[in-house]
Amino acid sequence: MILVALRRLLSAIPVLFIVSLISFGLMRLIPGDPAAAIAGTSATPAQIEQLRRDLGLDEPVILQLLHYYQGLLQGDFGKSLLLGKGVLAATMERLPVTIGLSLYALVLTLLIGVTSGIIAALRQNTWVDQVAMMIAMLGISIPNFFLGLLMIIFFAVQLGWLPSGGYIPFSQDPIGWLRSTTMPAISLALLQAGLLARITRSGMLEVLRQDYVRTARAKGLPERQVILKHALANALIPIVTVIGIIISLLLSGAVVTEALFSLPGMGQLLTQAVLSRDYPMVQGGLLLVTTFLVVVNVLVDILYALIDPRVRYE
Amino acid sequence: MSDAAASIDAEGIALKREHPARATIKRLFRHRLFMTGLVLFLIIAVTAILAPWITDVDPNRLSMRNKFKPPGEGWIFGTDSFGRSLWSRVVWGAQLSMLIGASVVALNAVFGILIGAAAGYFRRIDNLLMRINDALMAFPAILLAIAVTSVLGPSTFNVILALGIVYIPRTARIVRSSVIVLREMEFVQAAVAAGAGHWRILTRHILPNAMAPVIVQLSFLFAFAVLSEATLSFLGVGAVPPTPTWGNIMSEGRDFMREAPWIITIPGIALMITVMGLNFLGDGLRDVLDPRLRIQQ
Repeated sequence: MILVALRRLLSAIPVLFIVSLISFGLMRLIPGDPAAAIAGTSATPAQIEQLRRDLGLDEPVILQLLHYYQGLLQGDFGKSLLLGKGVLAATMERLPVTIGLSLYALVLTLLIGVTSGIIAALRQNTWVDQVAMMIAMLGISIPNFFLGLLMIIFFAVQLGWLPSGGYIPFSQDPIGWLRSTTMPAISLALLQAGLLARITRSGMLEVLRQDYVRTARAKGLPERQVILKHALANALIPIVTVIGIIISLLLSGAVVTEALFSLPGMGQLLTQAVLSRDYPMVQGGLLLVTTFLVVVNVLVDILYALIDPRVRYE
Repeated sequence: MSDAAASIDAEGIALKREHPARATIKRLFRHRLFMTGLVLFLIIAVTAILAPWITDVDPNRLSMRNKFKPPGEGWIFGTDSFGRSLWSRVVWGAQLSMLIGASVVALNAVFGILIGAAAGYFRRIDNLLMRINDALMAFPAILLAIAVTSVLGPSTFNVILALGIVYIPRTARIVRSSVIVLREMEFVQAAVAAGAGHWRILTRHILPNAMAPVIVQLSFLFAFAVLSEATLSFLGVGAVPPTPTWGNIMSEGRDFMREAPWIITIPGIALMITVMGLNFLGDGLRDVLDPRLRIQQ
């Protein structure tokens, strides 16, 4: 088991290395003079020159790369031009908001997705199944920012039940936090919930056909126990594998949702950085978020090996 | 009487001799989900193609006198905060969405298949190609697209390029996994033994058999591309305004949600119809084209 975990961890290293190379290369993709592009049209030549030196863009590329990795190894992800502080510090400040929102959305995703998937599978080919799958399809097809906008129009503008934006930290006022994050979390969760409902349904259908489920029924176990104890345990395996993908989708979606509901999280930080051409922030932030995701995926794989012994022997 | 018997007979023979591709197309046309998806998608696609003929007002013509006209008399979809015709803007936005979706699909079809086939067939470059692939797929899709478009500068072409970079690795991975399986099959081994060259084996024996999952993937990809483009332009990093895109129309509508909610809902519904149509289409294609899944059901 430890060996599996170790092997999986090691395999993440080349991926992270290439991810960091791509992030580095990104800023060099800027057409023309990157320093001039970052400084903007109103900058004087002296300012551009200054910026070039600050960002180390006057050095040969090999040296820039060397400094880049030197920095990364010391936890230095660059410095935001807009905020005047380190990318890592800026990210850490905003991260709790995004993690809170994503966790809330993840809980909703699992609750809605898994339950409706199980119910649809148990009532296969009835109207319950069809309605559940129709709603899942709708959830997959409705863009999360459109759903967010619709909810703002309906619940905030017309009914006035929930605020249309803004953020209240959980530590300050848990009820306020719920009020400010419920709409964003729902709009964020629906896509993943739809995907998960479909995966759960087909996983469940496959398991229900297995011989051991028939055996469990034949020996007279109550249906509840057959479903919850025998079938669900194995139907959960494919669900665990997609959790990594779901978290990636949630973080991607959070970028848009945070911009929409003006939540001061990672996503908003990066969108603002993009719009104000704060490229060091974009580069460092992208690298940080991706590293986080790679680590999450490694953990999910290890978890997968833990709950499914077959994986361990491959 | 004898006529009827003959026609039944002729039909029986015709069915037996039917070309497999025709049989597949027939099955597709009988598939309810696929047909629903096709109709939804065609509504948007045909509207997009006919844009110059079915709109009479320039999508960017300002008319402050007519601002915030609700959908109805004179203005099918109403007007926005500058009195521009929302019908014109949404229809031209459809054209841009379709153009971007089709371009991203074309880029994926070419480079996804090329990279995937190379990685799956030539084991020596597999490792390197797949590590790069893994790295590109590790980035959250929208974030990478935003970063690339922001670096290259916002324009329609750069959006296509960015979405290509984001999605090609995903297509390549699907192609690769089919190619790896097919490469070991007896009929391919037979072709190798018969002395066929790499190119012939790939294009004649392997790729035609690897197409089903790719076609399914490309139809979903069209939906992702349209959705991502709308997201990018909603965030302000897509095609440059005043070029109408569904995303930037909705973004502009945010300031007038109380007095003119239709500025958001109309392009939003158009976007939803497109994505849903393509998702239905993809589901239908998967049912019909992927024999493995067909047996399961």
